[in-house]
Amino acid sequence: MDHFPLLTAIMLAPIIGALFLSFLPREADKIIKMVSALTMMVALGLVIYAYEMYDFNLGGMQFVESRAWIQDLGVSFILGVDGISLPMLLLTVLIGFSTVFASWNITKRSKEFFILLLILLAGVTGTFITQDLFIFLLFYEMVVIPIYIMVLIWGSSKRVSKEYSGMKLTIYLLLGSAFMLVGIIDLYLNAYPSGMRTFSMTALAQANQLGNLSEGFQIFTFFLLMIGFGSLLSMWPLHSWSPDGYAGAPTAVSMIHAGVLKKIGGYGLIRIGLLILPLGAKFWAPWIALLAVCNVLYAGFIALVQKDLKYVIGYSSVSHMGYVLIGFAALNGTGMNGAIGNMFAHGIMSALFFAMIGYVYEKTHTRYIPDLGGLAHQMPRVATGFMLAGMASLGLPGLIGFIPEFTIFVGAFREYPVYALLAISGIIFTALYILRVLANVLFGPRRTEFDGCADARGVELVPLIVLGSVLVVFGVFPQMLMGMVNSGVEPMVPFLTKLHAAPALLGGLFR
Amino acid sequence: MFNEYALHHAWLIPLLPAIAFVVIGFFLRKSPVLSAFLAITMSMVSFILSLGVGYGVVVQHITVEHPLIDKIPWVDIAGLSINMGMYIDPVSALMLFIVTLVSLLVQIYAVGYMKGDDGFGRFFAYLSLFAATMLGLIIAVNFVQMFIFWELVGLCSYLLIGYYFHKPSACEASKKAFMTTRIGDFGLLLGILLLQIVFGTLDFAQLTIAIPEYVQQYGTGVLTVAALLIFAGPIAKSGQFPLHVWLPDAMEGPTPVSALIHAATMVVAGVYLVVRVFFLYSMLPNVMLIIAWVGGFTACFAATIAITQQDIKRILAYSTISQLGYMMLALGVGSVTASMFHLMTHAFFKALMFLAAGSVMHGLHDKGNIFEMGGLRHKMPITFAAMTIGVLAISGIPPFAGFFSKDEILLAVSEVSAPLYIIAVVTAFMTAFYMFRLLFLVFCGPEKPENNPHEAPSTMKFSLIILSIFAIIGGYIPHVYHFGEWIRFGDASHEGLNWTIAATSMVLSVLAMALAWLIYGSGKVSPDRLAMRFSTLYNVSYHKYYIDELYLWLNYTFVRGFGKILYWLDLYIVDGIVNGLAKLTYRMGDELRQWQTGYLQQYGLILFGAILIMVVWLVITAPISMASLRGGAY
Repeated sequence: MDHFPLLTAIMLAPIIGALFLSFLPREADKIIKMVSALTMMVALGLVIYAYEMYDFNLGGMQFVESRAWIQDLGVSFILGVDGISLPMLLLTVLIGFSTVFASWNITKRSKEFFILLLILLAGVTGTFITQDLFIFLLFYEMVVIPIYIMVLIWGSSKRVSKEYSGMKLTIYLLLGSAFMLVGIIDLYLNAYPSGMRTFSMTALAQANQLGNLSEGFQIFTFFLLMIGFGSLLSMWPLHSWSPDGYAGAPTAVSMIHAGVLKKIGGYGLIRIGLLILPLGAKFWAPWIALLAVCNVLYAGFIALVQKDLKYVIGYSSVSHMGYVLIGFAALNGTGMNGAIGNMFAHGIMSALFFAMIGYVYEKTHTRYIPDLGGLAHQMPRVATGFMLAGMASLGLPGLIGFIPEFTIFVGAFREYPVYALLAISGIIFTALYILRVLANVLFGPRRTEFDGCADARGVELVPLIVLGSVLVVFGVFPQMLMGMVNSGVEPMVPFLTKLHAAPALLGGLFR
Repeated sequence: MFNEYALHHAWLIPLLPAIAFVVIGFFLRKSPVLSAFLAITMSMVSFILSLGVGYGVVVQHITVEHPLIDKIPWVDIAGLSINMGMYIDPVSALMLFIVTLVSLLVQIYAVGYMKGDDGFGRFFAYLSLFAATMLGLIIAVNFVQMFIFWELVGLCSYLLIGYYFHKPSACEASKKAFMTTRIGDFGLLLGILLLQIVFGTLDFAQLTIAIPEYVQQYGTGVLTVAALLIFAGPIAKSGQFPLHVWLPDAMEGPTPVSALIHAATMVVAGVYLVVRVFFLYSMLPNVMLIIAWVGGFTACFAATIAITQQDIKRILAYSTISQLGYMMLALGVGSVTASMFHLMTHAFFKALMFLAAGSVMHGLHDKGNIFEMGGLRHKMPITFAAMTIGVLAISGIPPFAGFFSKDEILLAVSEVSAPLYIIAVVTAFMTAFYMFRLLFLVFCGPEKPENNPHEAPSTMKFSLIILSIFAIIGGYIPHVYHFGEWIRFGDASHEGLNWTIAATSMVLSVLAMALAWLIYGSGKVSPDRLAMRFSTLYNVSYHKYYIDELYLWLNYTFVRGFGKILYWLDLYIVDGIVNGLAKLTYRMGDELRQWQTGYLQQYGLILFGAILIMVVWLVITAPISMASLRGGAY
């Protein structure tokens, strides 16, 4: 190890923070929050450093750390990031940093809350930097448990009880991981003969070229992974946990969940599904594209008739994941660039949305849209945040959402003109439900019952400023994001071209 | 020297108002004086720069065939690269001039009009943002840049229509504007994507070369689809039938906004887009025919509505739709020159009329119904003069600006299609009629005692006077500067007056004026009696052909209805299955639990029973017993 273990440090920062918190007295509320903020600030600083230092021209995995761990099983602790995982990592810490401030007003058992939050963030960070499937699963499980506890204790009950939504969320996530686990073990056993078996993603990615994985096997295993990652990504019809889950969860969990956790699904589909099982991906791609259209339109229409703010954004995020899926399903460089870019963009905008909803709920004690109105009078800053997130969500150019969406459309239109057409029509319905929310919540006559509601101020502004400025800066200078993503996708392009040309026995049937 | 600088720094023209937006938005919002000062200064510099650009275009002889293009990469990834830059040719130079001029004058006007408003700084920030995005649209070098700024001007329009966000009507109107244009943008986006797939580039300069070659090789099939899809954008943005419904409602915004965005500049972006990509449309005669008919129909259709409206701004809005139809019509018959000429004069006289209307409403404390006005010429002489100049200009009475540009359009249309020419002439008649109706009702007749009008403050008067001058002399610009040689597509077109056509339209306008005087000026014929007599026609026109109602019903019934059905499905089918599975698991657990009785005897019985069955099974299936069962010896 001749250089500073940057990635380990990024992952350990929240864990050390959590450890430190556990020694603090329960009453030291302010210090607990400060320590959490500091920890995430360190992580954020390190990730920004990594983002800056990443060498575009070199590409590939950088900042690699590798330690053998369980040699008999072929498990090793390999960390590394490339142009695909770095944006996800940046997303995680940006949102993680913001959630600490969005939860600043939590007083109930704040110590436990922040410990769980930090563990959760460490887990998510780990999934994005590891290059070993075993470790990947390990980190993933580390994510599920804190979420369950956080929903149950700090959540809120509306249409459904928080117990129900917490349970639903957890069971879906665990069910997803069960499918993943089976798929990964299947892969582990079949990729290499006994004695050479390994969980290393890089090694597994070469198994296909060596001819170790038959097409039938790939189709079956990819299906398992598709169910696993798909339910995580809220792929239709495995999406129903998402709106209910967000509705029950506390603000921070909604932000992390919609912002980052869903992206593990997309990330896994690309990193594990596509790169290790290309023929399987090719077989299922048209089906994914079809489901993607369902995601976009079905969830878009449902978002239109929701009355609870969190449900609107919950269904909206299901709808947006459709774009990611169809970009992935295009299986070309353009679509892939767009899908990854959009994962980042959607993460930022939905986190901002949930943070703003959190403020509105905290101050007005309601999320029921007909009860709200005219909040721009009393809370102009929150209104600005709402506007920014809403406009980014409907794909306004100059904000972060536009270029990734446009890229996806270019990529997908080439492969699936009809599906793409249907998916693109989503921009109309997205605008419809977003504008409806903005109009009903922010605008209209001043309501005196909200006169006592103070605007966001002090540290509450941090999520708005951090996420809002990312929305604008990456929107005006999209190359800052897309250049990074592209450095991860570009090496895949020859591989994808070859995949398109590859004769496929079964894949041809469904084209 | 200066024109050289202006030409190569034309990107400053949109950038300066953008800087004003950021600075006002973040720092000066609370200070009305500073924000107005900054916004106007930046607009002024932009205006001077665009004058420099115009001069530079002439001096350096930059033509539509040899534009000045400068660009930088913006996004560059696998399979897609997008540039940002500037595309300077006579057409964009003219647009820069119009937009910076009107924008500057409207901002000066707004200082007086918006005085004392709570959101003064916010208003100027939005206006600056609008100027920046509109100017960015004008100098777009490719479809993506065009689309980006196209959407952003839509955002500004949304923000400014909803400027009085405490009013539910303004809120609804802004939503409607955004949604309606979004539908058009959907088509535009699809068209752009199609071109990207076919040509691999969206650069205007490259497409200019690539498209004719493509047509020669593969015919026009795909391009027709793309061109029609792209035209959906202009239909929505420029208020063409059937997506015109948002523009009249957009009058909920402050009047300076109506003048700047919804009359002079943003709504003509659709016309400008068609002009910019005329290299595509000129290849497709069928599409051109559709554009001509859409334009012609819209012009006539909107005029029939304008006749019965009672709100001063709504009349002007329908008139804008009608005039935009004229511009589209001119494009459809292939005359970029006529269309751009009318775009320019229209910008002057329509902005003038809106600002005059704003002055009227300012003087009457936001009263808008023209039947409640009257006799205002005494108390508001300058506004009266301004409005009269505007009305004369739009009605096509010489020597005002509209006469020349309208004549040019009529001439171009008459050379292509007789039915369209008749539609255009009938529209001209109606235009003159409803415009004089407005003029007579508002300014002539007896004064109403309940109104207590006052003349506008000086900043408003300043803008009115400057625009009045342009509305008078605007028509001569082409005759002095060989407009047709600069602003054109293909060969320079003829630009002299055709006296037959000019005389016809002039006579019709005068007749319309006389008719309007008869009904609304002298009171010889009662307008109410006419309305009763033709009540069906009157109602249909007054209710705008019930199109808004239809759209509302469609949206409510189908879009929301479909949403409700899907939500039901989601709750009871998709989620029902999930919950059902969960219940099933639970039940199974419950059933299995019953077995766990706790009686040792029962457990023992099951244990021994199981062992017995296993032993029997093993004995029977063992090879030795199988053999003995078969009866063989071993």
